[in-house]
Amino acid sequence: MTEKTDGLLSPYRVLDLTDEKGLFCGKLMGDMGADVIKIERPGGDPVRLQGPYYKDEVDPEKSLYWFAMNTSKRGVTLDIEKPEGLEIFKKLAGTADFVIESFPPGTMERLGIGYADLEKLNPGLILVSVTPFGQTGPFRDYKGPDMVMWASGAGPFIRTFDSPDRPPFRVSHHPQTYFHAGTEAVVGAMVALYHRGASGEGQHVDVSIQECVNWHPCGDWDFNKRLPKRGQMQLMMQVKVTHIWPCKDGYVMWRYTGGPMARRHSIPLVKWMAEEGMADEWLQKFEWDKFSHYNTSQEIIDRMEEQTKRFFMTHTKAELMEGCIKYRIMLYPISSTLDLAQSPQLEYRGFWTEVEHPELDATITYPGKWANNSETPPVISRRAPLIGEHNAEIYGQELGMSNDALETLKQAGVI
Amino acid sequence: MSKLPFEGIKVADFCWVWTGPTTTKVLADFGATVVKIESHKRLDVWRMQPPFKDDQVGPDRGAVFNSINTGKMSVSIDLSQPKGIELAKKLVAWADVVTDNYAGGAMERMGLGYDVLKQIKPDIIMMSSALMGQTGPWHDSPGYGDQLSAISGLHEISGWPDRPPGEIGFYTDFIAPRFNALTLIAALDYRRRTGKGQYLDIAQHQGGVQYVAPLLLDYMVNGRVATRQGNRDPHAAPHGSYQCQGDDRWCAIAVFTDEEWQSLCQVMGNPAWTQDPKFATLEKRQENEEELDRLLNEWTINQDDMALMQTLQKAGVPAGRVGTTQDQMDNDPQLLAREFYQTREHPELGTYRPPRQPCLLSKTPCQVKRAPLIGEHNEEVLKGFLGLSDEEIEMLIVEEVIQ
Repeated sequence: MTEKTDGLLSPYRVLDLTDEKGLFCGKLMGDMGADVIKIERPGGDPVRLQGPYYKDEVDPEKSLYWFAMNTSKRGVTLDIEKPEGLEIFKKLAGTADFVIESFPPGTMERLGIGYADLEKLNPGLILVSVTPFGQTGPFRDYKGPDMVMWASGAGPFIRTFDSPDRPPFRVSHHPQTYFHAGTEAVVGAMVALYHRGASGEGQHVDVSIQECVNWHPCGDWDFNKRLPKRGQMQLMMQVKVTHIWPCKDGYVMWRYTGGPMARRHSIPLVKWMAEEGMADEWLQKFEWDKFSHYNTSQEIIDRMEEQTKRFFMTHTKAELMEGCIKYRIMLYPISSTLDLAQSPQLEYRGFWTEVEHPELDATITYPGKWANNSETPPVISRRAPLIGEHNAEIYGQELGMSNDALETLKQAGVI
Repeated sequence: MSKLPFEGIKVADFCWVWTGPTTTKVLADFGATVVKIESHKRLDVWRMQPPFKDDQVGPDRGAVFNSINTGKMSVSIDLSQPKGIELAKKLVAWADVVTDNYAGGAMERMGLGYDVLKQIKPDIIMMSSALMGQTGPWHDSPGYGDQLSAISGLHEISGWPDRPPGEIGFYTDFIAPRFNALTLIAALDYRRRTGKGQYLDIAQHQGGVQYVAPLLLDYMVNGRVATRQGNRDPHAAPHGSYQCQGDDRWCAIAVFTDEEWQSLCQVMGNPAWTQDPKFATLEKRQENEEELDRLLNEWTINQDDMALMQTLQKAGVPAGRVGTTQDQMDNDPQLLAREFYQTREHPELGTYRPPRQPCLLSKTPCQVKRAPLIGEHNEEVLKGFLGLSDEEIEMLIVEEVIQ
């Protein structure tokens, strides 16, 4: 396994109390070298029962979702609702630089470890809270599963997706809005860290998932009291224009453009099509300079698209991507996870990381660094922790508790 | 109130379009001096794209530009001239941080690569956020957020199983700025402790792909290739958007537990259909999900979307109104209470409402200032920061190196 190398956040310790709303924050900080300790309730976090699973074996130690969201973290079990557990937490908080949590607002205060309490204990500590709607406001107690966050935060954005004849939809599978909130939580944590560097003081970072995904096609309402129609993702065209095209083994993204852009995109594509005998004389002689989606006819669009569709159908995503590079045109495949795994670019960039899972007798290929920094790139230093994996290391070795003491705590359900 | 975290940090900002400026907005909103290096000859894309205030075209009237470039200073330098590059180098000598989001290799081609900048300032932090990064077979491939989202695996998992991949637009444009910012600010702290700068060669693609990490593991381990599922979720039913009263109004509802299901039924007044055993458990509801959705819609169609959200949430049922931009800016009780939009005066716009940063810091909250007019700070920067004389500046204007 990769040794812990010097990372951007190597001197820092993070206590990670989050559920799926905030796991990604600790993962990124761990990959940047911080000592992240994931604290789960005894028996393991319920998130471990979210799939997919290693070889489809439903098991809290085999959740691929858990694996992905908890790289580079160590793990302990602790019931902070029990007095002894709370005391242990406070001891650890005294040694930590960050605490990240995603409990309903008010929980930390009720337990006596709200920001005001933590500040007294450790003035430099930075508390990062990730919640659906934030720590304050009329919606602070509202529940925020991913679907609800897409609606209440990214409502304007999803209204512009396609299929206006169907309900607004979110991106499928794992909660995307929680990824956004997790990265925002790191941004806030880093700003607070930088402030602490000069002042010595920590603070409370309040991250609202709703605000993290509150993007929208900007300003037309604020400036001109206009709202886009459902499905109007792109420009306000009078003609129906294809953007996502079927190809031999999937789909690609392409749109013809006119004016000066045409020389760099439309014309090279047509040239390629012509080389393969798939562009007629009309298309080869088309006057792109004057072409615009705002002053053309459906007839013209259909004629150019019919030939293009046939051309794409004779090529795979990989071949079309090669053309994208060769001709420097904006022709891109709609990648699947299979395509990503085969990407020559990601391979070249050293993106894939082999992570050992000795208990499974396996090595799994993970997506790795998001930045190829010259000094300290992110690195996955270890796989996600097993339940209570580092209890002995942290409670025993570091806090000096005896084996008997640990056994007692375990019996009492504290760890 | 403590002073802002990045007061005194100097940024020579070559960023343009969306992801770069959104990144440096974080620095500016938290107090950094961000000098945006623009050119009248090659205007930032969003200075010239609609929507414009009152539909009047003008480089200072664009809504997007003014939203994402808050708090920055603007100088207007023609980088296609050698003297423009020399001026840019002077700004690098002044700066602590240099940022760009050009296609891979662009800064190097302009004579402003990391090797050059490091000679000028050994501990410089340079952040280049390109689509594919600075190296590799695709490194100078052109594209925007739509293209990047497509190739990063996000379109494939969006939309309806019986239709082509969904149009989710420039989705990765919302992912990249955060990876940029967290990496850059961590690097600032690293330099503060170690004295070392570095080159942050950030690939937006490598960040975007993180958001499908669990699905990548599923492929690596189980050989399964994930695709779109509409609004289905393995752990919830009902789960989706349901139509409400009025024109194209929707409320998302997501029921995970038996308790939430009971509460939903209660709010509906326990209609007979909810007592049917085929809706009694999660598994059964998923077996009959189409019918479930249809029946639920027959009730929601008579409800007001925001009232429904609030009624259901108060009863412990997760629900969210699918807002429009008008809703988010003018009548979302939560966003209004938390003052997400900040009203600011602007010479061309009168007033406008840029957003603040989504992270609220208790002791050093961000302070959003209006976006700059093009070239607004030429004199302040060239004279005040770089120490150029009036004659030197006059010469540069005559040669059209600056506007």
